[in-house]
Amino acid sequence: MNEIIIVASLGILTLLAEIFNFKKLILPLVVAGLAANIVVGIMEFDLASYYNDADTLRMIESDLYAKCFMMLLSIIALVWVLVNYNFFSDETNQTDHLALILFAIVGGFCMVAYTNFVMLFLGIEILSIPMYVLAGSNKRSLRSNEATLKYFLMGSFATGILLFGITLIYGSIGSFYVYDVRMKTASVDFTITPMFTIGVVMLIAAMAFKVSSAPFHFWAPDVYSGSPTSVTSFMATFVKTAAIAAFMRLFITAFPTAIESYKNVFFILIIASLFIGNIIAVFQTNAKRLLAYSSISHVGFMLLALLCLSEATSLKSLFFYTTAYSFTTLAAFLVLKIVSENASGDDDISVFNGLAQRNPLLAGTMTIALLSMAGIPPLSGFFAKYNMLFMALNHGYLWLVIIAILASLVGVYYYFKIIIAMFTRNSTDSTAIPLSLLQKSLLVLLMLIIITIGWNGWVFNLI
Amino acid sequence: MFPLLLLFLPFVSALLLIAMPGKQSKYIAFASSILSLVAILVSLNTLRLDSLSSTLAFNHPWLSSLGSSLSFKIDGIAMVLLLLTNILFPLIVFSTFDREVSKPKGYFALILFMQSALLGVFMAADGLVFYIFWELALIPIYFICLVWGGDGRQRITFKFFIYTLLGSLFMLVALIFLYQHAPNHSFALQDLYMAGEGMTFIQQSWVFWFLFLAFAIKMPIFPFHTWQPDTYTNAPTQGTMLLSGIMLKMGTFGLIRWLLPMVPDAVSTYSTSVIILSLISVVYASAIAIVQVNFKRLIAYSSIAHVGLICAGIFAYKEESIQGALVQMFAHGINVVGLFFICDILQRNTGTDTITELGGIRSINSKFAFWYLIILLGSVALPLTNGFVGEFLLLNGIFQYNAWFAAIGGLTIILGAVYMLRSYQAIMLGETKSKTKAFSALSKSESLLLGIVAIIIVVCGVFPKLILDLSALEVKTMMNALWNSKL
Repeated sequence: MNEIIIVASLGILTLLAEIFNFKKLILPLVVAGLAANIVVGIMEFDLASYYNDADTLRMIESDLYAKCFMMLLSIIALVWVLVNYNFFSDETNQTDHLALILFAIVGGFCMVAYTNFVMLFLGIEILSIPMYVLAGSNKRSLRSNEATLKYFLMGSFATGILLFGITLIYGSIGSFYVYDVRMKTASVDFTITPMFTIGVVMLIAAMAFKVSSAPFHFWAPDVYSGSPTSVTSFMATFVKTAAIAAFMRLFITAFPTAIESYKNVFFILIIASLFIGNIIAVFQTNAKRLLAYSSISHVGFMLLALLCLSEATSLKSLFFYTTAYSFTTLAAFLVLKIVSENASGDDDISVFNGLAQRNPLLAGTMTIALLSMAGIPPLSGFFAKYNMLFMALNHGYLWLVIIAILASLVGVYYYFKIIIAMFTRNSTDSTAIPLSLLQKSLLVLLMLIIITIGWNGWVFNLI
Repeated sequence: MFPLLLLFLPFVSALLLIAMPGKQSKYIAFASSILSLVAILVSLNTLRLDSLSSTLAFNHPWLSSLGSSLSFKIDGIAMVLLLLTNILFPLIVFSTFDREVSKPKGYFALILFMQSALLGVFMAADGLVFYIFWELALIPIYFICLVWGGDGRQRITFKFFIYTLLGSLFMLVALIFLYQHAPNHSFALQDLYMAGEGMTFIQQSWVFWFLFLAFAIKMPIFPFHTWQPDTYTNAPTQGTMLLSGIMLKMGTFGLIRWLLPMVPDAVSTYSTSVIILSLISVVYASAIAIVQVNFKRLIAYSSIAHVGLICAGIFAYKEESIQGALVQMFAHGINVVGLFFICDILQRNTGTDTITELGGIRSINSKFAFWYLIILLGSVALPLTNGFVGEFLLLNGIFQYNAWFAAIGGLTIILGAVYMLRSYQAIMLGETKSKTKAFSALSKSESLLLGIVAIIIVVCGVFPKLILDLSALEVKTMMNALWNSKL
């Protein structure tokens, strides 16, 4: 709860900054506030500070799951703000952007801690509406406008389907409260009605849209490539983590037993995400589109955790995967942002040509990030995939594991396309790329995180 | 503590090397590899005095939630490979001494990282640790070939990478599968052995083929060899030496340590098919080597032929043939590095490695011809050279398995002599061609390197016990265990 209060107040404070004219101070204040939020989170990271949903009108609760994901989201948010420092200083309307981001963070928090379908819906909306606006924040760019329109239209449809699904479930259970749903569905005299099934499938479809899992992924490449790189990296890390955590929470709280009945739906989602994501990525020439498709394929891996919900390690695996994925993606987008800003906004893969000569630190970080995404040991991406495959094998899905392995082999192809470009191709512009001290330290920090978090079980065993 | 020392010495040196100016990289790398050699010689002495010494093993809890622990051990079998690695690295670094290397910092740092990873592969006593080092070894060599390779390197190195990654991912599945059947859910080598033995035949077969795929691609064995000739030809000289001298042995070592004792029933059933595959690669690769005009490609194909025989010997699972495989791995590592160095000298002096454009070098530089001849004789397994001991024992083991197989396997010696002597004839004898006219004298470091290689070839050929004794005990125990579990 404290997290939500802190960040929401920061958001309101940011809006006031425009009125009371302390715009210059606001970014340091927000960074300090987000850092304080993390400190508070760490101090409260024990059982004593958990509360159940009786205090919050059965809306949100703070359990270990919520706590862990809130911490992860807070850290991603802080790193993201630091990485995209100049996103807020370039523009005239920096306070709007900052406030929108802060409210989106609040929405993310609601999504990982809800105990009520109403709160799930509200969380998704609080997160999505700022994202619709931010996707179009590059007002003069036609592609940015296209992105925001597409995102808004398709996102609204998805939200509509989500609401429809919630209504149908309410119709068959008689409650919005997730634990009521769980109790009812677990009781012996509960029969699955068509209404309930349609409701659940609609929920799955809407959530699959939000996490951009194939076959609900069509918005992702266009929105990712049209939006400003900073916003794209927020979508690919924060939004994705929050959405997959909400998706998972839906099944661990409301329908823990239902997953077996709907596993065919998940097979389709997983296999489609793995193959569509990886295979279409091979043909991309735009780095942002490539990363969009790669993120779709990562969702395929993350969904394995939902499919194998009954395994003891499924929550741990998902948490580790999202952690590893988020930091890796943040690093990749940081490099992409710096490089593409240096090439006057071009984000074709060719901007990476000869990067190893122009700036070895950038090339090194990008290489580490891409190798981690490709799942090469001993980087965190390997351990993330390993945990998932391990869990799926434990659950008896050998065929699914082999499909996942073959799909991720395809993935190696396009990740290496960028590595090859960085190390062997010649750039048209051979000047060195200057980096600020903040950028340098963030690159080194992210690189260290990517390399080391898999080596000890700390993150894995947190949840 | 030896395992950690061996692992970290090259790793720390690589970091040090990155921090120092580029001109000194060569010397730091060389000093580090010499130190590694000293370290392995000291641990060799420890092993000889007391093979159960606790300094030769290391075990530390790590990733317990994944059932893995950071555990290494140096035993006789591993020692052969460790010794080979640490003898070859100084030679490989030394082979650059009178050459200009572009971007030396990265080059030598990657070579040292590679050493660390390779030593990790040979010492690992835990499935996950083995897998991690196995993959880790791929990264530096990929970048060595990518950045310092020849034309078309992007496509060729990529093929190499995807091929090996495919194999190793299947290996990972097999290892996880074994882990799940391990009695106390751990990746420890002994537990995995027990897990494998406890499996049904069908399960063993899956594990067998998944593991075999990884090792077969790495060696490589027909029909998984298509990445190899291009990669060897295209890589920089040191990269080729690393690939053929040591990396290839990861596959054969994997067979001995991670496949044979793991799934004994499947091994006894499928050994015939694997031996047939190996023999096909022996004959096939030798036949291609005979018609090669490019010297580097010729050595690449000869390497497939040699490793085919080693693989056949391992799957004959006789004590002699396993011992022979180990000796032959050692011998082949030394010989092939010598041969690739000769190829490098040819290329530096004449700018080509096409056999038909060369000729008559012996009359210009007889010293070079002499060293070349000795290394060549080692490679064609002449008695009193190191190649003979290994191939003899291998054929002996295969003969006990099936005499016909031994007859076909024996072709490797005959065909080997054909293509090696043919290349010698074309390059060294005959008319002096325009490109070879200006063949200069060997530099001091070149003579020294060739001399060291030649000495090792002869010493190991005359006193094979030096190597055989290292692994004799372990191989015997392993074979006994294997036979007991089957009967």
